[in-house]
Amino acid sequence: MQKVLHINPDKCTGCQQCEMACSFENYGTYATAKSRIKVFDFHHTGKKVPYTCTQCDEAWCLHACPVEAITVDKATGAKVVNESTCVGCKVCTIACPFGTINYVQETGKVQKCDLCGGDPACADACPTGAITFIDANWTGLDKMKQWADKLGNQPSAA
Amino acid sequence: MSWAGKILRVNLTAGTVTSEPLNMEWARAYIGSRGLGSKYLIDEIDPKVDPLSPDNKIIWATGPLTGTMASTGGRYTVITKGPLTGAIACSNSGGYWGAELKMAGWDMVIFEGKSAKPVYLYICDDVAELRDADHLWGKSVWQTEDLLKKSHQDPLLRISSIGKSGENGVLYAAVVNDLHRAAGRSGVGAVMGSKNLKAIAVRGTKGVGNVRDPKAFMAAAKAAKKVLADNAVTGQGLPTYGTQVLMNVINEIGGLPTRNHRDVQFEGAKDISAEAMATPRKTDGKAQLVTNQACFGCTIACGRISKMDQSHFSVQNKPEYWGASGGLEYEAAWALGAANGVSDLEALQYANLICNEEGFDPISFGATIGAVMELYEMGVLTQEQIGIEAPFGSAKALCELADMTAKGIGFGKEIGLGSKRLTAKYGHPDLSMSVKGQEFPAYDGRVIQGIGLAYATSNRGACHLRGYTIASEVLGIPVKTEPVESEGKPELVKAFQDATAAFDSAGVCIFTSFAWTLADVAPQLQAACGDEYTMEHLAHIGERIWNMEREFNNAAGFTKADDTLPKRLLTEAAKTGPGKGVVSKLPEMLPKYYDVRGWDSEGRPTAQTKQRLGL
Repeated sequence: MQKVLHINPDKCTGCQQCEMACSFENYGTYATAKSRIKVFDFHHTGKKVPYTCTQCDEAWCLHACPVEAITVDKATGAKVVNESTCVGCKVCTIACPFGTINYVQETGKVQKCDLCGGDPACADACPTGAITFIDANWTGLDKMKQWADKLGNQPSAA
Repeated sequence: MSWAGKILRVNLTAGTVTSEPLNMEWARAYIGSRGLGSKYLIDEIDPKVDPLSPDNKIIWATGPLTGTMASTGGRYTVITKGPLTGAIACSNSGGYWGAELKMAGWDMVIFEGKSAKPVYLYICDDVAELRDADHLWGKSVWQTEDLLKKSHQDPLLRISSIGKSGENGVLYAAVVNDLHRAAGRSGVGAVMGSKNLKAIAVRGTKGVGNVRDPKAFMAAAKAAKKVLADNAVTGQGLPTYGTQVLMNVINEIGGLPTRNHRDVQFEGAKDISAEAMATPRKTDGKAQLVTNQACFGCTIACGRISKMDQSHFSVQNKPEYWGASGGLEYEAAWALGAANGVSDLEALQYANLICNEEGFDPISFGATIGAVMELYEMGVLTQEQIGIEAPFGSAKALCELADMTAKGIGFGKEIGLGSKRLTAKYGHPDLSMSVKGQEFPAYDGRVIQGIGLAYATSNRGACHLRGYTIASEVLGIPVKTEPVESEGKPELVKAFQDATAAFDSAGVCIFTSFAWTLADVAPQLQAACGDEYTMEHLAHIGERIWNMEREFNNAAGFTKADDTLPKRLLTEAAKTGPGKGVVSKLPEMLPKYYDVRGWDSEGRPTAQTKQRLGL
């Protein structure tokens, strides 16, 4: 079963534990500046929204890469940057419609979410369940359940 | 070792910025943040210095857990000699700024001297330079953050700054970061303003990467997070209701100071409570509370994000206040509300927004308004003097006086001096509800005896955050003690004061202590720093910090006579509630407290005590 990161912004408090977990997993340091997931604080509405790569099936970044440095991890479905192949041309950062693949000055390569090989540190660190790692085919299950509850699980009016 | 190992020293007179190694011996003896920053300050300034003179220094300090994955590990402390009190001032803030400074590779920043013209400090990792702030002077905190992010073309910049009140010398001006997180008390913002220092803008990309034992640290941090999640206060009460969960609780026990401490219960408490914030308004069908928000790394998330009623008189035609922003915490709701008898929740939120926008402490401001309203009702102050009718309960007066204080106009200038100076000027010094010149927070020191002693002996003037005995006396954490009883309170106050100093110095939030003891902090510090920390060792360090602060105050000229409470709390009994008929038993508790502390009868640490604590 393939799993995906699933984000529910309503549960996000803006604590950035996900960003720290991401940088710690990949760089061994707590540095939100190096995180591949970012939490956006829309101050005037009070909404906090975590955002990262959704692992497109037909990934723009993968197709744009001139040296085929981005490949598919067959086990997880993640599009993974192979650092030894990447030449830092940044074409993928232009191709990606979502901005979720970015250049890293310190390494001269690009980075993006690779689902931590199938055990994403961000989801593990999230204290509120705003970020979960669930069955790719059933990301709607929770919402469906809420509506099912509304439709059929309330005391009958009669 | 989790400390960055480097500090920045900024000489504002000379315009120089230099890097120094952190004194590791001190770091081990005082941990970080409050303790370590205070050690530096006390070592470097004359205790008798005028707080607003160039000879005073001001320090922004992080702790070893700041910027790590320890829950609530985003705290920093601003330390200086305070202008409101003349005592050591030490104000703690959350938000994201502290972690950003640490991730830029700095444990603390020390400012000395005074700049000839307005400047701000820009830090991006190793680069740190003073820059011209002429274009920022006269701007609010909110404008300053916006302008700096735009001019640097960096939306990820974090900013700690002052608004107009810090520039104007409001004696309880705050340092504000991330729009509505504040090092709020004791006037640290006025010291910043006196140095012509407008802001510190930080971008840190290096991160905190030198945790001694990462695996052990992650395990300890995770276990401690579980303790917070499983606790009723930190896992449910605070995220749902915020600190405002206390409003009805404290009112019920008759410990809610009302109308400048004339009363101990407020008939309007329910209208300004957490429950009221979550109830849809009649006017627009929306609740004031929009959501909760966490500071950096915090798994509690007690912060309030609120939206005002656009039809409220205070914000009609002012769309800049219609968006979501920092909402009422308990202390602010009390000071702006019960302390003045105001029960208009929207008016409270407006005053709260102004406190954030222009950077001043809602506790001291609100409590000063309480004194002004009492003087007005007594006929000592008139409408002509104040510029508006100001009886207890006037929401209009609260909002207008907030504006006047923020802008430093008219009677607002006098309000900006705090209640001690204002009541003295008009011949009624007994009506200042303060200790050492700093106003009380939201708990009555008669009905809750321990907190009265904690106020009287707090090293930064009246404060609930130096020893939150409310945890024990009201909430039963870690054990329940009777609020009206004075027996055992000197020991309780000491234990809370010492533990708090250790929490504050680690770089975590004191609210964790609703669920954590020092036994939960110790393994995180040990794994992060590599040194051996136990609960006992941390309490010992906390006691060392407390005594060091006390010695500074004594050298600054404070004596036993300053460890007191206003006459009202010592002679006028609580009128209603479970504590009816009670006055503070401070005269009984204080000598016992000195004894428990190992101080002489004048409140001075004995040679033996100092030796035991390594001072």
